[in-house]
Amino acid sequence: MYGFEAMTFNIHGGYLEAIVRGHRAGLLTAADYNNLCQCETLDDIKMHLSATEYGPYLQNEPSPLHTTTIVEKCTLKLVDEYKHMLCQATEPLSTFLEYITYGHMIDNVVLIVTGTLHERDVQELLEKCHPLGMFDSIATLAVAQNMRELYRLVLVDTPLAPYFSECITSEDLDDMNIEIMRNTLYKAYLEDFYKFCQKLGGATAEIMSDLLSFEADRRAVNITINSIGTELTRDDRRKLYSNFGLLYPYGHEELAVCEDIDQVRSAMEKYPPYQSIFSKLSYGESQMLDKAFYEEEVKRLCLAFEQQFHYGVFFAYMRLREQEIRNLMWISECVAQNQKSRVHDSVVFIF
Amino acid sequence: MAGTSMVAYSSSWSTALLKISPYTFSAIGIAIAIGVSVLGAAWGIYITGSSLIGAAIKAPRITSKNLISVIFCEAVAIYGVIVAIILQTKLESVPSSQIYAAESLRAGYAIFASGIIVGFANLVCGLCVGIIGSSCALSDAQNSSLFVKILVIEIFGSALGLFGVIVVTMYVETCLELFSPES
Repeated sequence: MYGFEAMTFNIHGGYLEAIVRGHRAGLLTAADYNNLCQCETLDDIKMHLSATEYGPYLQNEPSPLHTTTIVEKCTLKLVDEYKHMLCQATEPLSTFLEYITYGHMIDNVVLIVTGTLHERDVQELLEKCHPLGMFDSIATLAVAQNMRELYRLVLVDTPLAPYFSECITSEDLDDMNIEIMRNTLYKAYLEDFYKFCQKLGGATAEIMSDLLSFEADRRAVNITINSIGTELTRDDRRKLYSNFGLLYPYGHEELAVCEDIDQVRSAMEKYPPYQSIFSKLSYGESQMLDKAFYEEEVKRLCLAFEQQFHYGVFFAYMRLREQEIRNLMWISECVAQNQKSRVHDSVVFIF
Repeated sequence: MAGTSMVAYSSSWSTALLKISPYTFSAIGIAIAIGVSVLGAAWGIYITGSSLIGAAIKAPRITSKNLISVIFCEAVAIYGVIVAIILQTKLESVPSSQIYAAESLRAGYAIFASGIIVGFANLVCGLCVGIIGSSCALSDAQNSSLFVKILVIEIFGSALGLFGVIVVTMYVETCLELFSPES
């Protein structure tokens, strides 16, 4: 019953909600980012980060640092926090927390399959995988030759198994098909997550449906823009759009027939939340679109913390941390390559 | 039974209700007074306690101040105990010819109603204070200037239980003074 979660939520979720809100207080602020943007070397970055919550993770790293090390250690912190929360959680919160990582699992699967296609070493690929999306038998993915084998050998035992029903063909894996596979899997995952949240009901359903709708719409726009000028037919494109969200179904009809960015823009400007995003871009420019979408996402994620007694705070926290790690990676890369003027191109302040 | 002028048929519900002994009503009233009050207090304490424990991991400074929320919830249980004791002192034995007299029935119903009043007032008061206490702990952990402001809300919430106790004390005094023990 919406409105009365406060009476029973704390039985199972009160402790973890308080913990995740404590973690949120440790996210880097604008002042921290300003300090970091003014660093000259990666060692300066390490020194500034040691004053934040990342201190214990970075202090044992020897100089010279690499940007990948910084990102790896920060991701490790996120994984530790996630595992701590997961082992304390009961149903249905534990299922909800696991759902958050399936996106990373999909990315890892695609990474390994693509890498194998390009004749990379399996160990090297495993090191590049995101730790939140690891599962047993992930290394076996390198053996598969086509999608049917992929499913039969490895994926049938993972939580991704139900998402594969639309994807199983006997076609060989090549770059195009892998991208289509990734997007089909992600579409099935988003729809499944959406249905799960609707089943939970109450404030969780309302807040998560808003966040997931934005995700679905953003992916629809990105798929459209990335497939302009490729061989992807309109019908194939339409099959990759999720069947929920603000754009469903009429926006999808318009997006499916778009052939350039201006048509995308005119299709999106009919929806007020996205109109404000697209109005920030001048005509013909699409590089800032990613940043504009990230900013909008961060704004919505921060709003999820305004309400108590729902599971959306866990999802919002994980996403905000990932955004923070992206920011740190960008800042580290800019500092390492001496391009500090471009630092502000892609850093999204959270607070 | 002779001596009572009830307009009732021998197998109607009103007869059945009127035949329930006022002792039963009093006893149930006292049970509800203490039982439901304690339910409200416990509910409130667990709501606020679980958030307080989790939030205190990252912000240990909040623990001592936020125990006030737990104390407000506990006060709700104490109200229930006090009222139950007051009601219990009003219980008197009557000779069996007087059990279904009007004054006896009135006393029985008065104690029953008092129990319901204070029980349910304390139930919702405990819930209210508990939920506010949980939000208070989480807000205090983020920003310590918010604590006192939210505490004011909590004080208003805890007044609800007090209303129940006040009404019951006045009710029991005025309603039962007419019934002085004859035995």
